[in-house]
Amino acid sequence: MATEVSQSQTRAPQPGIDVPGWLRKNLFSTWYNSLISIVLLVIVFQVVTGFFQWAFTTEGWIAAASNGRLILVGRYPAAELWRPQLALALVGLLLGLSGGVWRGIAQALTIGFAGMMLVLTALWTQLPPANPPAPLTTELVLVGIAVLVGGAYAAGRAGGERLRWPIIAGWFLAYPTIILILQGFGGTTVPTNLWGGLMLTMLLAVSGIVLSFPLGVLLALGRRSNLPVVKFFCVVYIELIRGVPLITVLFMAQLMLPLFLPSEVRIDAVVRAVVAVTLFSAAYLAENVRGGLQSIPKGQVEAARALGLNVVKTTLLITLPQALKAVIPVLVGQFISLFKDTSLVAIIGLLDLLGVARAINTQPEWLGFPGGVWRETFFVVAVIYWIFSFTMSRSSRQIEANLNRGAR
Amino acid sequence: MATAAPPVQKTTIPFWRDTRILAILFQVLFVVLVVGVLWFFYTTMMAGLRQANLLPSFAFLSQPASFSIGESVIAYDPSNTYGYALLIGVLNTIRVAIAGVILATIIGIILGISRLSENWLLRNVATVYVEIVRNVPLLLQLFMWLALTQTFPRQQDSISIFGLIYLHNRGVTMAWPETGSDFGAWVPWLWLGLLAGIAFYVVRRIQFARRDRPGVAMPQAFLLAGAIVTIGYLFVGLTNGEWPLSLSIPELQRFNFVGGIGLTPGFAALLAGLVIYTSVFIGEIVRSGIQAVNKGQREAARALGLTPGQTLRLVIFPQALRIMIPPMTSQYLNLTKNSSLAVAVGYPDLFSIAGTTLNQTGQTVPVIMMVMAAYLTVSLVTSLFMNWYNKRIQLVER
Repeated sequence: MATEVSQSQTRAPQPGIDVPGWLRKNLFSTWYNSLISIVLLVIVFQVVTGFFQWAFTTEGWIAAASNGRLILVGRYPAAELWRPQLALALVGLLLGLSGGVWRGIAQALTIGFAGMMLVLTALWTQLPPANPPAPLTTELVLVGIAVLVGGAYAAGRAGGERLRWPIIAGWFLAYPTIILILQGFGGTTVPTNLWGGLMLTMLLAVSGIVLSFPLGVLLALGRRSNLPVVKFFCVVYIELIRGVPLITVLFMAQLMLPLFLPSEVRIDAVVRAVVAVTLFSAAYLAENVRGGLQSIPKGQVEAARALGLNVVKTTLLITLPQALKAVIPVLVGQFISLFKDTSLVAIIGLLDLLGVARAINTQPEWLGFPGGVWRETFFVVAVIYWIFSFTMSRSSRQIEANLNRGAR
Repeated sequence: MATAAPPVQKTTIPFWRDTRILAILFQVLFVVLVVGVLWFFYTTMMAGLRQANLLPSFAFLSQPASFSIGESVIAYDPSNTYGYALLIGVLNTIRVAIAGVILATIIGIILGISRLSENWLLRNVATVYVEIVRNVPLLLQLFMWLALTQTFPRQQDSISIFGLIYLHNRGVTMAWPETGSDFGAWVPWLWLGLLAGIAFYVVRRIQFARRDRPGVAMPQAFLLAGAIVTIGYLFVGLTNGEWPLSLSIPELQRFNFVGGIGLTPGFAALLAGLVIYTSVFIGEIVRSGIQAVNKGQREAARALGLTPGQTLRLVIFPQALRIMIPPMTSQYLNLTKNSSLAVAVGYPDLFSIAGTTLNQTGQTVPVIMMVMAAYLTVSLVTSLFMNWYNKRIQLVER
C-alpha cells in the first residue's frame, strides 16, 4: 500500500508511451530481460495453444458433464433435491440483501453469485438429461435463484440501514437452518452419508469455521490467561494439534472416536469428519485470535479496568470485539486453507468434491477413453476449487484494505 | 486478577469474592472437568477394546511385519519387525521432506524474485502461476501428478530431458552423483576441509571479538573449505586416474536403466506436488519479505554503485531474511506434515506404513499415538531450531 502512495506522489508526469517504448521498457530493457521475455513468450505460447487444443478436441468432458449432480451434491437422493436448492436460495437471499445494504465486497459477491447461477443454467441446458430426472428442472431453479438474488438486492438497497441487524441475525441463523433443511426434519430425513460433492466440501469447511469458533476463542483466551493450569492445557492442546497433520486427526476421529463413545452412540463418517475438522481448525483459529488479542494496545484493558469493568466484561466488551475485527482477513485465509484441506476426507472414503472426481474417473463408462478421463474431471473440480478460493482470497484482501482505511 | 476492585463496605473479603481463591477454585474445577472427560473416554475405550480382545500394547512392535515396502533408505525385509518398518516410514518421510524443503526453497526464491521483476511478462506469468497453484488443493494436485506418471511411456520409449532425466511408467530415472572406488582416498580431504573451515571461522570470530569489531567470516570459511576439498578431489582424481565422485548418467539397457538414481512414481508425484505447492507459498513469503525492506535501502545501495544483483544479494536479502524466517518455518513444517498425503499416492511414508500396521495388528491406539508423537517431535524440534536461528539472526541487527 505504502509503495503505491509514494509512487503516485513522486513519479513525474509521464508523456504517453507508444508501443515500442513500452515494449523496450517492460520486456527488452537489458539483454537478460530480452532473453527471459523471448523464452517466456515461447513457453506461454506453447502452453496456451496446447491447452486450447486439448480443451477443444478432447471428448472426456462428457464424464464430468453427465455427472453434474454428483459433483454438486453427491449421492443426495433426487427426490429430495429441493433441499439443497432451498438452502442455496436461502444463501442467495441473504447475500442479495447484504449486497444491497453494504455494497462494496458484498455487492461484488452478489453479482458474482447471480452470474454464476446464470452460467450454471447455461451449462445445464447443454448437459445430457439427468437420470432419474429431478422433480423441478434445475435450470428453472437456478434462474429463479438468480432472480431472487436480484430481488433481494433491490430490497436491500430500498431497506438500507434498517435491515442491517436482521441480516446479521439471518447469517447467524443460516448455518443451523441449512443443516436442518438438508438433513430434513419430521418425516423424511436424508442421512449424512448421502451428502457429497461441492455441498459436502462447503459444509465441512463452514462447519470447521463455525463450530470451531467458540472453542478456538476460548482456547485463545485460555492461552493468554494468567491461570497457569488453564494456560497449560490450552498450550498443550494447541501445540499438539498444530504439530500433527490433518490426516492423522481425521484418522483418529474415524477410528478412535467410536471407541471413545459408548456403543449405543453411533455417528457416521461425515459427522466424524466434521468433528475432526472442528478440533483441528480450533487450534489454528485460537492462534489467529491470539494474534488479534496481542495486537490490542494495553491501554484498552487498563482503561476498561479503570472504568470498573471486571475481567469478563473487559474481555467480552473491549478486547474480544476489537481482536476479532482485526483478524477477519486472517480468518478468511484460514477458511480458504480449510476449504482446500477438506479435500483430505477423500482419503478416508468420503465423497466430497475430490472424492467425487475420483469416483467419476473409475466409472466403467469411461474405460474406453484413451488415457482415461482424469484430466477433464480433475480440471473441472480444480476450477471449482479455484473459483471459490480465489474469490475468497480477493475478498479477504479487500476487507483488509477496508479495515486499514478505517483505521487511518 | 489482583487489581479487581475490592468491595468497599467490608474489611474482609468473603472467599467467593476473593479473586485469588476464585482463580484456584476455577482451575481445580477446570482440571476436574478435563480429566473427567478424558477419563470417561479412556474407560469407555478400554471397555470396548477389552470386549474386542484388542487391549492396547506395544508388543506388536517386535513381531515380524510380513508386508513389503516399495522403497526404503536402508535395507528392509518383510521378516523385519513392525518397529523397524515404522522406522523405515520415518526415514522415508524425512527423505521426502528434506528433498522437498530444499527444492521448494530454491523454486520459491526464484518465484518470489520473479514476482518483483521489472520484466512485465515474467512478473505476470509468475503471478498467474502463483494464483493458479495456491488456490487448488494439494491433494488434487497430487492425484493429478500421480495420474500423469501413469501416462508415461514404457522405459524403452522414455521421455528424455537433456539425456539427464528420463520419465517412464516406472517412475523417473535421473543422473546422480556416484562415489568411485577411490572415494576413501578423498574422505580425509573432506574432513580436512571441514576442520579448516571451522577453525578459520572460530579464529576470525575470536579476532573480531578481541578487536570489538563486526565482521564476516562465514563466506571465507566456506571458500577455504571448498578450496581444500576441490584440491583434494583433483589430487585424488589425477593421481589415481579415477574421480572419487562422478555424475552417473542413466543409460537404457535392454530392459531397464543402468546408472543414475531411480525414483518411484509415488515418490516423484509426491515430491513434485509438495514442491510445487509449497514453493508458491514460499515465493509469496520471499516477495513480501523483500517488499517489506525499506525502499531507501535499495536506493542507497544503488546510489553507492552496487549493481541490482549485488543490491539484492548484499543489502535486500539479508534484511528480508529476518522477516521471512518465521513464516518460512511454518511452511517447512507444513511441507513435512503434508508429506503424510503420501498415503494417497502410494509412497510408503510414516503415515502410510502406520496405516498398514494398524490394519494388520488392529492396534489402533498405540499406532496413532506413535505416529502423532513422531510428527509432533519433528514439528517441535524444527520450531526450536528455527526459533534459535531466528533469535541469532535478529541479534545481528543491533
